[in-house]
Amino acid sequence: MLSENVLLATKNVADLPVVVIEPSRGWMRVDLSELLTYRELVFFLGWRDVKVRYKQTVLGALWAILQPVVTMLVFSFFFGRLAKMPSDGVPYPVFSYTALVPWTLFSTGLTQASNSLVNGANLLRKVYFPRLVMPLASVLTSLVDFTLAFSVLVVMMLFYGFMPTARVLTIPALVLLAIATSLGAGLWLAAFNVRFRDVRYVVPFLVEIWLLVTPIAYPSSLLTEFWRPFYAINPMVGVVEGFRWALLATDTAPGPMILVSSSAAALLLVSGVFVFRRMERNLADVV
Amino acid sequence: MSSDAAIQIEGLGKLYRLGDTFEPRLTLREQISRMVLSPYHRLQAVLRGESAAIAGEDFWALRDFSLSVSYGEVIGVIGRNGAGKSTLLKLLSRITEPTEGRARIRGRVGSLLEVGTGFHSELTGRENVFLNGVILGMSHSEIAAKFDEIVAFAGVERFIDTQIKHYSSGMSLRLAFAVAAHLQPEILLIDEVLAVGDAAFQRKCLGKMSDVAHEGRAILFVSHNLEAVQRLCDRCIWVDGGRLKQEGDAASVVRAYLEHGEMLESSYHVDRQSGPDDPIVLRNAVVLNANGEPCDALCFGEPFSLRLTWDVATWMPGAAVDVHMLDASERVIFATSTRGSDLDVKAGTVETTCTVRENVLLPGDYSVSVSCMRPPRTWLHIVKRCLRVRVLNVAFPGKRLPQLTRDALVSPATEWQLRRNSISGPASLLEPAERLESHELQS
Repeated sequence: MLSENVLLATKNVADLPVVVIEPSRGWMRVDLSELLTYRELVFFLGWRDVKVRYKQTVLGALWAILQPVVTMLVFSFFFGRLAKMPSDGVPYPVFSYTALVPWTLFSTGLTQASNSLVNGANLLRKVYFPRLVMPLASVLTSLVDFTLAFSVLVVMMLFYGFMPTARVLTIPALVLLAIATSLGAGLWLAAFNVRFRDVRYVVPFLVEIWLLVTPIAYPSSLLTEFWRPFYAINPMVGVVEGFRWALLATDTAPGPMILVSSSAAALLLVSGVFVFRRMERNLADVV
Repeated sequence: MSSDAAIQIEGLGKLYRLGDTFEPRLTLREQISRMVLSPYHRLQAVLRGESAAIAGEDFWALRDFSLSVSYGEVIGVIGRNGAGKSTLLKLLSRITEPTEGRARIRGRVGSLLEVGTGFHSELTGRENVFLNGVILGMSHSEIAAKFDEIVAFAGVERFIDTQIKHYSSGMSLRLAFAVAAHLQPEILLIDEVLAVGDAAFQRKCLGKMSDVAHEGRAILFVSHNLEAVQRLCDRCIWVDGGRLKQEGDAASVVRAYLEHGEMLESSYHVDRQSGPDDPIVLRNAVVLNANGEPCDALCFGEPFSLRLTWDVATWMPGAAVDVHMLDASERVIFATSTRGSDLDVKAGTVETTCTVRENVLLPGDYSVSVSCMRPPRTWLHIVKRCLRVRVLNVAFPGKRLPQLTRDALVSPATEWQLRRNSISGPASLLEPAERLESHELQS
């Protein structure tokens, strides 16, 4: 039994994977296949976060719904009722809530991702895994809250008489765009957060500003056709108007706006990954 | 042969930067203010006739390290604290990158640098087993297959669906080790994980380790438990000052290591080597017995003090003196520090005395490490094992030698009370000499 085991181990030695550990120089490439082998870890870290997030809260997962719903009520009263903000001919509550749902997905993902390394410092110092796993898991975690908030959106749509059309099929792609934006910005911030804890204070501020420059309380049709593609350099513009286009049949989103937003998101994500990778090598010594 | 090696290390090195340039916890504001103020500080130092170059000191935690480990080998790694053992494991497990050299690893690596990494107190035992297993590199199905075995090994079957926060610390440690012990990678890197739990559980862990060791894997086992190293390992390496000092069969390396330890002095003294670069230097250190006399041996229970004399060139506000007491197997028995109290020190010669009124050290050999640092991690001066002191198997007047020391680390003064329902019988069953203090138990 014992010698058999030894034989078993030695027989296969030549087939075992080889890893070379040496100092890396310059920009590192991203090993996607390695990331794929760690998908279970992404899942479990995300699962842990979801599981723990609403422990010892009275309302539990209701918070995921409460946050965008209350914001929607406040917006509806002040912007919709008092300021008479135009809303592309859509009742204002459903107009703003349709935007708030993907926005909340983005903003919680961004916040969690930017703090993921610092919060998981203990793990980083003791175990190896591709560090991308941590921000990735935190961004994906916000999908759970998104699903809850989205179900409320469905109810609201039916209430206001919006029947789903074939455009609904673009929602997954738009969600992906929101996640890419969230992860891209989150990677930048997570990387800097390790060295400069100032990021902790920057993030809430950044999210606030970003909310204002995204057409959530107002429609982007306030801008002339010419300016809209420039406006869409903020990828969340494409996401939000895309959601309205897909669910509420408004017509500002398609075409150039989505294209610009997708390109901007891709750029943000790719640059974020590389900045993150560059900082990753000494992460455990610094965090 | 060598291409089949599980681990092939060639000239591996890791450089850390000490001093002011490496303070990652600084916020941007502090960095900026330091940048702005540093010319001023430097000028001040130059005017006082000192060099300001305490910053940016390099420190090789590991250097020129080469080693080959084959499958079926269990290699013990021994050395003092800070010798580079943990750095070696961190590099091999890819937690941090080397500065130079390379290592080729053939096979899946499981590293166990800490027990219970990633345990979350809000989750149940069952959930934590899966989470921890995945973190350590097992797949979900592997864990599921071994789940019952893991739980049985830890002996927490009844509480497996209870949140970890309701566990005793011993229980969660046992569960954590059980998960780790069931890792199935070809290469295992283990850092001092046996230093957990009670003696019985430690023996169980050692047993499990030696089972694992004979399954044909390659294992690197860092430990201060020299006895365990000799028992488990065929080969042993001794790391000192970041370099491989000696390599060979476990028994002879352990012996050499222990003999080296005996060369320590009972007092420490350096003549001023006029190191103007150092803001603070330990000039002299000595152990004083209960009568205040320098000594190298104490009675059991004898109060003692450590007198440390420093040459202070520039005092860094916030700096603190730390003292670590280590036993013969390099375990830290206790540590004490001036942290938390603001020392007001002027340049010149300064004497600090640390008095240990309750000496709980068991008879045996101890060493003292002294350092001066500015928290969190600016090391100003470190002298490892600068003093040696022996605690004799003779009780200090008024103390009693401990009767039961097996597996114990320290022996604090204890009192026993015997209380019984006084229906009948004499007042005490104990001899008058052994008569226990008559404090009442609370309940």
